[in-house]
Amino acid sequence: MPEPLLSVRDLKVRFSTDDGVVKAVDGLSFDLPRGRTLGIVGESGSGKSVSSLAILGLHGPEHSEVSGEILFEGENLVGARENTLRKLRGKRISMIFQDPLTSLSPYYTIGEQIAETYRKHTGANRKQAKRRAVEMLAKVGIPRPERRVDDYPHQFSGGMRQRAMIAIALCCDPDLLIADEPTTALDVTVQAQILDLLRELRSEFDTGIILITHDMGVVAQMADEVLVMYAGRCVERGTVREVLKTPQHPYSWGLLSSIPHLTGDVDVPLVPVRGTPPSLIDLPPGCPFQPRCDFSARVPGDRCTTERPSLLPETGHASACHLSTSDKTLIFTDEIRPAAGLTGRP
Amino acid sequence: MTDQQPGEVLLEARDLEMHFPIRSGAIIRRRTGSVRAVDGIDLTVHEGESFGLVGESGCGKSTTGRLVARLLEPTAGTITYAGRDITHASRKELAPIRPEIQMIFQDPYSSLNPRHTVGSIVAGPMEVNGIDPPGGRKKRVRELLETVGLNPEHYNRYPHEFSGGQRQRIGVARALSLEPKLIVADEPVSALDVSIQAQVVNLLQRLQRELGIAFVFIAHDLAVVRHFSQRIAVMYLGKIVEIADRADLYGNPRHPYTHALLSSVPEADPDSESHRERIRLTGDVPSPIDPPSGCRFRTRCWKAKDICAEQEPPLAQLAETTEGHLTACHFPESRHVVPAL
Repeated sequence: MPEPLLSVRDLKVRFSTDDGVVKAVDGLSFDLPRGRTLGIVGESGSGKSVSSLAILGLHGPEHSEVSGEILFEGENLVGARENTLRKLRGKRISMIFQDPLTSLSPYYTIGEQIAETYRKHTGANRKQAKRRAVEMLAKVGIPRPERRVDDYPHQFSGGMRQRAMIAIALCCDPDLLIADEPTTALDVTVQAQILDLLRELRSEFDTGIILITHDMGVVAQMADEVLVMYAGRCVERGTVREVLKTPQHPYSWGLLSSIPHLTGDVDVPLVPVRGTPPSLIDLPPGCPFQPRCDFSARVPGDRCTTERPSLLPETGHASACHLSTSDKTLIFTDEIRPAAGLTGRP
Repeated sequence: MTDQQPGEVLLEARDLEMHFPIRSGAIIRRRTGSVRAVDGIDLTVHEGESFGLVGESGCGKSTTGRLVARLLEPTAGTITYAGRDITHASRKELAPIRPEIQMIFQDPYSSLNPRHTVGSIVAGPMEVNGIDPPGGRKKRVRELLETVGLNPEHYNRYPHEFSGGQRQRIGVARALSLEPKLIVADEPVSALDVSIQAQVVNLLQRLQRELGIAFVFIAHDLAVVRHFSQRIAVMYLGKIVEIADRADLYGNPRHPYTHALLSSVPEADPDSESHRERIRLTGDVPSPIDPPSGCRFRTRCWKAKDICAEQEPPLAQLAETTEGHLTACHFPESRHVVPAL
């Protein structure tokens, strides 16, 4: 197997606060090959954004402690010098953020913002950079790019701003694109356009994408592999089909059964995950999901409250749960699927 | 459960219009145009019914919600609540109706005063309206907190001590405090995480059924609206383009825009792309300051012909649709977007 584009091993990110140490990411590992998309799913505070920010050293290194390895083409980015990271940012690794309005500068034209990144990394002159900016705007589907390049962000609509962000992110042909909730702030029809655009660009540039989202629908349409995060840890990992069709972890079940569908029986009640996510300061010794889990009683003894489950097996479709594999399959097919109204979906 | 029989008409809006003036000029501010946020819509909400309003940002759904709650005074049209015309009712005239129409807002962070305790937030509406429930306000607040699934002992806590989902519950408790007949819920769950979103949707659904409260449920998430509302209107650029019972709207959508919306929703099923129709709208929503002539959707519609620019299609009953399923289109679609399972 060729070396993956990005390989994260036992990543831990901790922030010191007045109340204690927040373990935002606690032992995360994954691989991302070139041209593939990894979807990271989880709710607010599950550590999905922090782990991707850590890849670029944007997590506020002065207030936090990072350990583990982030290997980008074999080079470890944990503890790398600011200079090294700066050369990667925007050139080989790019990021798209959720809110295009706050992540674009209101004082510069869209063209200037694309050109800045391009000139910085390629040493191109103004004219070349401007040409590149027009070319990129055309590529992301902005009409009349040669005129719109001189517009300011406020003159763009929400969808166009997100396209402009993507243009900035892709202007240096990055190898890795981190998209943090790229469509959450957008309307559905615009979201569909942006997802199509990302798909096209992925096949054109062979870019590896980390797609962070809370929307299982977006994951289903975009990702090759999925990582479900809960309380700073990966609780389930597998191909998109494995995780969405035969999920193994009670939290993944909860996520799937709490979303309403466009088809099927309307009167199937939603089955939410009860309670709220735990504080990341004092996680109990057992499974962090145990207080919200409906199935921990089926695990013999008190393992769920005393022993932290590890992500098993080491490769392939894995989950961090003490339930036996046969129990997981049984519970999902007999209880979760009918209750979530997923029966019609083989 | 089948969709309940609608009760009496609670709220009725006819030709409702809200044009916000645009003024310009440095010294003499003159009216130079208007944003036609809501531009002639009709809607009827029955007692105990959940009426859904969907559409994309800027389509006027929130403005409609605020008009219905009479937080805004419409520039034209009429609003009738329980048989009384409240279109231009004064503050004083509205006072007896206010308790019956409550709102739940989208953002649970900015809609609660951080300096007030939960107790005083939930008791606020009773105080304003001078209502003293039997047993005192405090007791009532405790009951309300319990109804929405919060610990009544948290009476003295401040909003920052609660999570987003819990705060939204506080907002719901506040809306319930005056035993309203109608709740206008403007994107009540879109700021919440999925697992929490389901908790709040279930709570609202329980309240609607058990307390018989009518809802105007405004959302951009088509799946959530399908789950929560019995009758749904789709808005585009200040107009209702299609309105129907949920089974008809999702099972037999006729307006091209409804088709486009439905086909854009990503389903949490990796195989769904293969059996769904794929429609991608191009371009952006036109400006509501100067909407297109004729049908407003024609600039993005794949079926548009000359007549669409000349004549505005009326919102009308089409052949092969159930009673009350209205569509405003010259060339309605008849294909299925989302195949039934």
